[in-house]
Amino acid sequence: MNCIIIDDEKMARVIIRTLCNQIDSLNILEEFTNAIGAIKYLNENTVDLILLDIHMPDFNGLDFIRSLKTPPKIILITSDSKFAIEAFEYDFLIDYLLKPLELDRFKKAIDKAQVKELVSKSAGTNVMENDFYINIDRRLIKIDLPSIYLIEAKGDYIKIKTDTKDYVVHSTLKKIEEKLPGWLFLKIHRSFIINIKKIIDIEDNSVLIKKDVIPVSRSKRPELMKRLDLL
Amino acid sequence: MEKPNLEYINQLSGGDKSVKKELIDLIKTEFPKEKKDYYSSLESKEFEKIEENVHKLKHKISILGLEKSYEIANKFEHNLRKLNLDKKEDFDEILTAISVYIKTL
Repeated sequence: MNCIIIDDEKMARVIIRTLCNQIDSLNILEEFTNAIGAIKYLNENTVDLILLDIHMPDFNGLDFIRSLKTPPKIILITSDSKFAIEAFEYDFLIDYLLKPLELDRFKKAIDKAQVKELVSKSAGTNVMENDFYINIDRRLIKIDLPSIYLIEAKGDYIKIKTDTKDYVVHSTLKKIEEKLPGWLFLKIHRSFIINIKKIIDIEDNSVLIKKDVIPVSRSKRPELMKRLDLL
Repeated sequence: MEKPNLEYINQLSGGDKSVKKELIDLIKTEFPKEKKDYYSSLESKEFEKIEENVHKLKHKISILGLEKSYEIANKFEHNLRKLNLDKKEDFDEILTAISVYIKTL
């Protein structure tokens, strides 16, 4: 991942650079002592990730974020935990790291960024869209995608099972499959789509998800096993 | 009072002597300047600037492994936002300890 560092403190930039150099997948394109310089750079260049300090004089990190039209992934690095809540209002923010940075914690944040990078490239979906709406009795109900663990075909309807509630919607499995991120969901049978992350165990030709034992088609089993290797 | 140390810097540099030297050199050059800026902001009673100075110094305090002192610096920074100088004496003591330590590096 190509990244830039924005921090007014030289000491902080050296530390971030030192940590980046210990991670093969990171390539530092530029370092900036202020957000204005970075904005100019981003007008002409594309980056995958910004390692950004919040507490900077004149134009702070949050002002900088607000100024970006198409923000890349951002990891915030600061000594101030007071901004954490505001920071997580932004979907493209990967993580919030407190100084002094530790390698293990830094690596975790970079891993998260890499997962997002991988997901957005492989699935072709907008990773910021973490939810979708279903129409039930003329009411649009928002469902958080990761909370769905199973979708079952029931004639002209589908049953969506989430961690908190089940919904029955007039739709087909094929239609909903098109809307789901491929990295998280998999059709394992002509009547079932599952959330891969929610699998508890797999036995022969079935998977256990929550309390449901779901059959796996023989033709879908290789794909399921392949996907599990990725987790 | 806890003593400044190079544990974090050693860990971060992972045995790379040039990185360790770069970090120590930075502390040696930046800390006295930041300390001077802090006292000059104090003299002019510019609370926003004092807070900014303390914020920068706070990072150095954490890098030198001073966990309790870091908490004191945090409180002081917080007090400064309310135009209050509580914890100043404690903070100044930390700066003195670091100044003494830096001379040994």
